[in-house]
Amino acid sequence: MDFLANLFGSYWPAVQLTSWTLIKIIAIVLPLMIAIAYLTLAERKVIGFMQVRIGPNRVGYFGLLQPLADGVKLLFKEIILPTASNKTLFLLGPVLAIAPAFAAWAVIPFDATLVLANIDAGLLYILAMTSVAVYGVIIAGWASNSKYAFLGSMRSVAQIVSYEIAMGFALVGVLMCANSLNLGKIVMGQAGGFWHWYFIPLFPLFIVYFISAVAETNRAPFDVAEGESEIVAGFHVEYSGMAFAIFFLAEYANIWLVCALAATMFLGGWLSPVPFLPDSILWFLAKMGALVFFFLWFRATFPRYRYDQIMRLGWKIFIPITLVWIIFVGAMMQTSLGYLFH
Amino acid sequence: MIFNDFIFYTLAAILLFAGIRVITTRNPVYAALHLVLAFFTAAGIWLLLEAEFLAIALVLVYVGAVMVLFLFVVMMLDINLDKLREGFWDYLPMAGTIGLLMAVEMVMILSGKYFAPTTVASKSADYSNTAELGRVLYTDYLLPFELASVVLLVAIIAAIVLTLRDRQDSKSMNPAEQVLVKKQDRLRIVKMDAVVETPSVEDPKADKEKS
Repeated sequence: MDFLANLFGSYWPAVQLTSWTLIKIIAIVLPLMIAIAYLTLAERKVIGFMQVRIGPNRVGYFGLLQPLADGVKLLFKEIILPTASNKTLFLLGPVLAIAPAFAAWAVIPFDATLVLANIDAGLLYILAMTSVAVYGVIIAGWASNSKYAFLGSMRSVAQIVSYEIAMGFALVGVLMCANSLNLGKIVMGQAGGFWHWYFIPLFPLFIVYFISAVAETNRAPFDVAEGESEIVAGFHVEYSGMAFAIFFLAEYANIWLVCALAATMFLGGWLSPVPFLPDSILWFLAKMGALVFFFLWFRATFPRYRYDQIMRLGWKIFIPITLVWIIFVGAMMQTSLGYLFH
Repeated sequence: MIFNDFIFYTLAAILLFAGIRVITTRNPVYAALHLVLAFFTAAGIWLLLEAEFLAIALVLVYVGAVMVLFLFVVMMLDINLDKLREGFWDYLPMAGTIGLLMAVEMVMILSGKYFAPTTVASKSADYSNTAELGRVLYTDYLLPFELASVVLLVAIIAAIVLTLRDRQDSKSMNPAEQVLVKKQDRLRIVKMDAVVETPSVEDPKADKEKS
């Protein structure tokens, strides 16, 4: 240590801070990668059980090593660059898809103290990052120079842009209640048991947020961007091997992200539901896991939406609901019942 | 401070490069993507100025929404660049004058005594840029702010009204009507005997082909 301190001289504190931050980033990204890998297995298992099948059970006990096997398989597959594609953008697409999906985790509070960047505009940062994620899809679809990929990316972009508005409005309700954009403060605003959590006064917004989250991540029943029966696999149809896997990782990272956000915003984050149990990160993980389970459940039970119905749901139903509820919350805050909304 | 300067000049160089590429590149998709890069770096410079709300809002609004729609349109349309370039030399004198005027104005503003760079007192750690901006916008500048939003709303509605063509031949469904459909409206149950006598086959040709 002393040797290093001498080597960097006056820059030593800065170097220390940087390396400490890097370690924290790894401490977030590594468990996240494992969570993503096992979400793929959980998805196959859960849907399997719902359809009275067994699901993957060959690699390791109960198929527990299946994600590793899949990862190794994808790593060793050839990455094909289509001749007619735009090579630079074709390779940039997966990067732009996964970078925001991971970057957004910087402000998620796992615990009262466990947060990488405790910034005041945390919620805005997350909204900005999730809206940037669409570039991966749009660039991948265009650079592939393929009709299916292009159609898929167009659908996906229109859908994400539409549902972002409803999602943003749903979160506006939360920040009205919490009086802050800082995610840590939003969680602390819900302290005192599950009857203080925001999902009760903001129930319509919670539902709108969660359904919009499913649409934002392009998951069933809103997965027209992939639409296997119509456009094969949508925007990533031309990708193979690890490049395809990156899109896959980004999708599942986004699922975890929107569930983490829903748990933070509406379900009290790391707070315990009843006052006599201690607050801990385990509550946060449990809430997140429960919400992720809904994603799998939706996929196993709902048929795919028709495209015009998706647009109608987003623009003509969700946005009016959120607008009305925001005005209602704002009006109620001025009355003597305002304490219910804080 | 040296480190800050270094970051500022790096970002400024990227910003200038991206800005120049926006107007020089031949491919409209590349131009739009360079504009995205320009917005990103501008947001970075704002972050250096500790204006985190503006920086994030820039990324959220311009990169996340406006440029996505730009790209969407640019990718969908088959833009003929040669046609766009046709009048270049005719427009050059006019555009050059306007550009020069803008440059002169910018220099005047930046070098004028009212806009001379002053050292801003650094804020305490719990100072929230977002809350401060919100307070000013919704108290001191409430009317101008509301006015600006009404102007925007009018522009949005005007754009829709101007481009709206009421097509007579387009087919659409009324979901409310669809939901209200009853079984009697669509389905007729016909009573039939469980066993229907099959008519005996008397076709010698078919028999021959079989054997």
